[in-house]
Amino acid sequence: MNLFVLLKQVPGTSNVKMDEKTGTMVRTDHENVINPLDENALEAALELKRSIDGSKITVLSMGPPPASRALREAIAMGADEAHLLCHRGFAGSDTLATARALALAIEHVAGRKLGPSDLVLCGERATDGETGQVGPMISAMLDIAVATYVRGIRVKEGHAVVERVVEEGFERVRIPLPALVTVVKDMNEPGFPTLSGKLAARTAPIPLLTPDDLGLTQDIVGLSGSPTRVVQVFRPKFTRDTVLRQQDSGGAAVGLLVDLLIEKEVI
Amino acid sequence: MDYSGVLVVGEQRGESVHSVTYELLARGRTLADKLGVSLACVVIGHRLEASGREIVERGADVVYLVDDPSLEWFIPRRYSAELAALIGQIRPEIVLAAATTAGRTLMPHVAAKLGTGLTADCTGLDIDDKERLLLQTRPAIGGNVMATIKTPSARPQMATVRPKSARPLPRDLGRHGDIVVRTAVCDNAQFAGERLLEFVRDTSQDVSVQDAEIVVAGGKGLKNRDSFKLVEELAGLLGAAVGATRDAVDLGWIGYPHQIGLSGKTVSPRLYVAIGLSGAIQHLAGMQTSETIVAINKDKDAQIFKVADYGIVGDLFDVAPELIDKIKHAKNERLSGAR
Repeated sequence: MNLFVLLKQVPGTSNVKMDEKTGTMVRTDHENVINPLDENALEAALELKRSIDGSKITVLSMGPPPASRALREAIAMGADEAHLLCHRGFAGSDTLATARALALAIEHVAGRKLGPSDLVLCGERATDGETGQVGPMISAMLDIAVATYVRGIRVKEGHAVVERVVEEGFERVRIPLPALVTVVKDMNEPGFPTLSGKLAARTAPIPLLTPDDLGLTQDIVGLSGSPTRVVQVFRPKFTRDTVLRQQDSGGAAVGLLVDLLIEKEVI
Repeated sequence: MDYSGVLVVGEQRGESVHSVTYELLARGRTLADKLGVSLACVVIGHRLEASGREIVERGADVVYLVDDPSLEWFIPRRYSAELAALIGQIRPEIVLAAATTAGRTLMPHVAAKLGTGLTADCTGLDIDDKERLLLQTRPAIGGNVMATIKTPSARPQMATVRPKSARPLPRDLGRHGDIVVRTAVCDNAQFAGERLLEFVRDTSQDVSVQDAEIVVAGGKGLKNRDSFKLVEELAGLLGAAVGATRDAVDLGWIGYPHQIGLSGKTVSPRLYVAIGLSGAIQHLAGMQTSETIVAINKDKDAQIFKVADYGIVGDLFDVAPELIDKIKHAKNERLSGAR
């Protein structure tokens, strides 16, 4: 089985700066980590690989050169091969442009359209952008089945049965392969790198893919290929007339709050 | 043909329209009125006949019910095929859907098919007067800031909207609108291998923090799982649901279904009591539409006081027990008074 895992490198902290001109994130190479939910996707792929003979895991990411570190980490954990979409032309991509590039990259490294022994896995969303849109977009572009919010997966002949977490409970859904699955945190506990994995990661080649390699022209990649534009980034202002009281030893503030709750017929 | 009009993508659950549809209609109505265009609503599912009338009463001018046994359950590719076909036919300039597990799956799929932009989890929507463009505002960068996004040239302009970030319009029984029932256009055989095998309602997920009239929420300031019980006790007294910040959930004090904020649920209860939480924008994005907000925090500069109607500056370990006592007392008094 050919398993493709999509990884995003995200800032390990929430102190991220914005480029005021483009409205995009300023990505520095320090303190970046693998998007935690993508680690669950990788772990799910590793579990499938262990249970299905002859499986292979290919990891893909898009980002600046330091993102190759995340890919090496994935190899250390047991992935077989990694590719990085890395070129200035990709910069500023919104979810649509990102999905387009990744969809083409999956077919590029597979050397063909996906077939019934292929499965693409990714995290349900990234902790930085938090859109959760790239996975379903890729499935549409590759014209393959999709299941989101997946917490369990069993692969059978030519299809998979997945468990999706939804608002009121969960669904068991049958999807034909090839398919794309986005996973939630409850899926599994990500493992650790192995010694042999670490050795493999040190020397593994990580080929870089450019827009040219994928046949992407400038108008459909990066910022210029992105239909959405960030026009303003701001800290929200709030307009409430707050009554602020310091609680004293007499408990006056609490007393007034209780009066307010009585007035609002809460108690 | 140019794109014109606003289309709201409604949702059904077991043959009845989900209330998030009416929230979206309230949003859509405002946008349509600003643009001077009509508001349409589509619901995809099965046995929808009875649903159209209330959708009109809640603000729609035209209702499309895409009704077919094959659409009874949400299968992304089927729903996407139906929605893309409808959009291709009526060509709305704006499409809104709910940021639910279904909407957050369906809408990116449709946007990718149409090659247009999509903004996730919006909490604010407006129209740019000059360019007539949809302004889509959402928390960004882990909720530290808000970003306003537009889709300058691709059409339609599409957004998913956080449930409970707007209130439905009251029913207007006198409203008129057209109800169009459509059958499925997508080829049943094409997606035959894709189906729902089982749906299991999970009552342990059913904390209904989203539907609660009163929410008492706690954050990192509670310091540990044991003190978090103060929040639970107060919620019990007020008949409220328990909410929590991402920190409190990550620390394991309470389960994810209680998480309020950008990566959790959005709520807009009548009363929101925030205890020991500083008010990260991530969290504020999930509760700032609450009718009345009460906050208890020892830091007088805490962000939460900027959205609160009533704030108590004080150590929650003094304030919360005192509040619990006084509420008990007030309740007792009322009970004895009633006797």
